[in-house]
Amino acid sequence: MKRFGFRLEPRSDLPKWLPWAVPVGSFLVALLVGAIVLSITGQNPFSVYARIVDRAFLSDGAFSGTLVSATPLLFTGLCAAVAFRIGFFNIGGEGQFVMGAIFGSGIALKLGADVPGVLAVASMVVFGAIGGGLWGLIPGILKTRFRTNEIITSLMLNYIAAVIATYLIFDSQSFWRELSGSGAVFPKGKVLPVIAWWPKLDFGSVIVPFGFLLGMVIAGWLYVLQRKTRFGFEMRIVGGAPTTARYAGIKPNRVIIAVAALSGALAGIGGATDVGNFRHILDPKGLQQSGFGYAGIVVAALARLNPVAVVFVAILLGGITNAGYALRGPDFPAGLVGVLQGLILFCTLGGEVLARYRIKRSSQSSAVETAMEPA
Amino acid sequence: MSINDNIFVVIMASAIFYGTPLVFASLGEVLAERSGVLNLGVEGMMLLGAVAAAWVSTNVGGPAIVVLPLAILAAMVAAGLGASIHAFLTITLRVNQIISGLALTIFAGAAGLSSYLAGIWHLGQTPVANQFLRLDVFGLADAPIVGPILFHQTLLTYFSWILVIAASLYLFKTRMGLHLRAVGESPQTADSVGIPVARYRYGHVILGGSFAGIAGACFSLMIVPTWVDGMTAGQGWIALALVIFGFWRPDLMLVGAYLFGALSSLSLTLQARGFHISTAFLAALPYVMTIVVLVIASNASSRRQLGAPAALGKPYEREER
Repeated sequence: MKRFGFRLEPRSDLPKWLPWAVPVGSFLVALLVGAIVLSITGQNPFSVYARIVDRAFLSDGAFSGTLVSATPLLFTGLCAAVAFRIGFFNIGGEGQFVMGAIFGSGIALKLGADVPGVLAVASMVVFGAIGGGLWGLIPGILKTRFRTNEIITSLMLNYIAAVIATYLIFDSQSFWRELSGSGAVFPKGKVLPVIAWWPKLDFGSVIVPFGFLLGMVIAGWLYVLQRKTRFGFEMRIVGGAPTTARYAGIKPNRVIIAVAALSGALAGIGGATDVGNFRHILDPKGLQQSGFGYAGIVVAALARLNPVAVVFVAILLGGITNAGYALRGPDFPAGLVGVLQGLILFCTLGGEVLARYRIKRSSQSSAVETAMEPA
Repeated sequence: MSINDNIFVVIMASAIFYGTPLVFASLGEVLAERSGVLNLGVEGMMLLGAVAAAWVSTNVGGPAIVVLPLAILAAMVAAGLGASIHAFLTITLRVNQIISGLALTIFAGAAGLSSYLAGIWHLGQTPVANQFLRLDVFGLADAPIVGPILFHQTLLTYFSWILVIAASLYLFKTRMGLHLRAVGESPQTADSVGIPVARYRYGHVILGGSFAGIAGACFSLMIVPTWVDGMTAGQGWIALALVIFGFWRPDLMLVGAYLFGALSSLSLTLQARGFHISTAFLAALPYVMTIVVLVIASNASSRRQLGAPAALGKPYEREER
C-alpha cells in the first residue's frame, strides 16, 4: 500500500555548505511566502520589502535604530538559546525581561544621583540578572521538583510579571512610580537619575548602545562556556541524552536549575538594558506591547541555538522590527512584523529537515507488507 | 433583592459564560494530544478564529441566524488552516512539536497575522454587527438559581455542552476513538494493526485547531464583542494547562474551564459589587491558579500516570521499529 508520495531518510554525511545554505534558503522562501501573503491582501510586496530594507539598514541613522531594536532581542534570544539547548523550554523570557526591568530600575532609583555612573550601571546589570534569574528559577524548580511542564509555568509567569509591573505603576503608590507633577494625574514611572543612564557609543556613522556591546560580550562568553567548559559538556549531555547523563555522574536536575537561572538572568539583563539604555523609566505598557520574549524564541531558533549566531539574527530581526516601528501606518499594519517573523521561523524549521534528512520519493510498499511477503 | 442577584449565582453564571471559550479550546487540544501531537499554537489559532469570525460578522449581510453560523464556520476554517501548518511540520516533516507550535502562535498571534488582518480589514472600531446574545431558554431565565446559571447563556455555551458529550462518547465509546487513543499511546502498535497513524494525526490536529477557532470566535462574537489585538489574553495557554488539569478527559476539562472562567470574571463581578480588592491580585489569580493546579496535577499524574498519551510529543517514524 502506498501511503506517502515521499519519505525522509536521515543523511549520513552533511555537505559543508548545507548548514549555511539552509538558513539562507529558508529565509528567502519565507520572503517569497510573505510576498504572496502581501499580494493577496492587496499590498505591493516589492515596495514593502524595499521600505523595510531602507528603514532597517540603509537610510540615515537606520542602523543605529536597528541596534536599539536588536538589543532586547539579543538578550531574549540568548535566554531562549541557552535553555532550549538542554531541552528546557523556557518561554518565560518575556516575564524574566520585565522582572529584570523592575529590579534594574529599582536599584537605580534607590542609589539615586549621588553615586558614580559605573556603580549605577554595574548594579543595574547585577540586579537585572537577579530579578530575571529568580523568575527563571521558578519554572526550573517546579520542573525538577514536581515534573511540572515548564512551558506553561514559564508562560503563566509572563502574565504575572506583567501584572506586577502594572501594579507598581498604575495600581499603587510604589517606589517606581512618579508621584509628583504630572505623574500625580497620569500614572507613569519615575525617571531614572541621569547618572544611571547607560552610555551610547558614537562611532560616527552608527551609534551603538552599551547594552548591545554587553550582549555581544555575553554571547561570546556563552559560546566559550558551552564549548570549552565542564558545565558546557554537562549541558550538552543533559540536552542530548538525559539518561546517559546519570551514568556520566551528572545530576541533570542541577544542570536544569542552573540553566533555568542563567537563562532568566540573561533576559533580566535585557530588561535592565531596556530601562537603563533606552526608556529610562519602568513602562509596563511599552514592555507588554513589545513582546521581546516571544521574538527571542524566533531569534534563538533561527540562530540554531548558537549564541554567536544569535547576535547576527538579532540584528536581522531587529532591523525588521525597527522598520516596522518607522513605517507603522495605514499601509503597514502592526501585525506584519510578526507575520514575517513567523514565516521565517516556519521555513527555517522546515529547512532544518532538509539539512537532517534526504527526501526520497517512495514507491515501494509499506514496511508491514514488505515484512509479510514470503521470503 | 431576588435570589438571582446573590453573588454566588452571579459568579456561577459568569463562570460558565467566561469559561465557554476555554471549553472549546481545551476540547480541541485534547483531540490533538490524544493523537500524540502537542499543539502550542492554541493562542494563535484562537486569534485567527476570532479575526475571521469578526470579519464575517461585520461584513456579511443577512439575518443573524445565517451570518453567525457562517462566522463560526469561517473561524473554524481559519484556525484549521493554521493547525494544518503545524500538522504538516510536525507529522510529515517531524519538526519539534514544541517549537512548531510556538512558531504558530508567533505567526498568527497578537502581533502577527491576526493583528495584520484586523488592520487591513479595519476591524475593531465598532462592536461586531452580529453577536451571540444571551438566550431565555424555555422562558426559564428568571427561574431561581438555575435560571441565570443554566438557562440564560448564549448558543455557543449550549453548543459547547453538546461537543463535550460528543467528544467524550467519541473518545471512549467508538471504534475511531479507540483507534485515536491507540495512535496516541503507541503509534507502532496502531500502525501494525493497520490504523493509518499519519491520517489520524492530521485529522485530529486540524479538527482540534478548528475548535480553537470557535474558542476565538467566543471572544469576538460573545465576550468582548469586537476586535482587539491579542484579545484572548493568554486563555489559549490556560486551555493547554486545562488539558493536563483534566487528565485528558473532556468532562473534567469542562469543570476546570468553569473554575477558570469564575476566576477570570471574579474581578469584574467583585468590582461591580463595590468590593475593594486589589485588581492586580485578581488579574494575576487565574495565572497563579494555573501554576498551582499544574503542579498538583503533574505531581499526581507522574505518580499514577493518569491520562497522558504515552507518545505525546514524539514524532512517529516507521523506520524506527
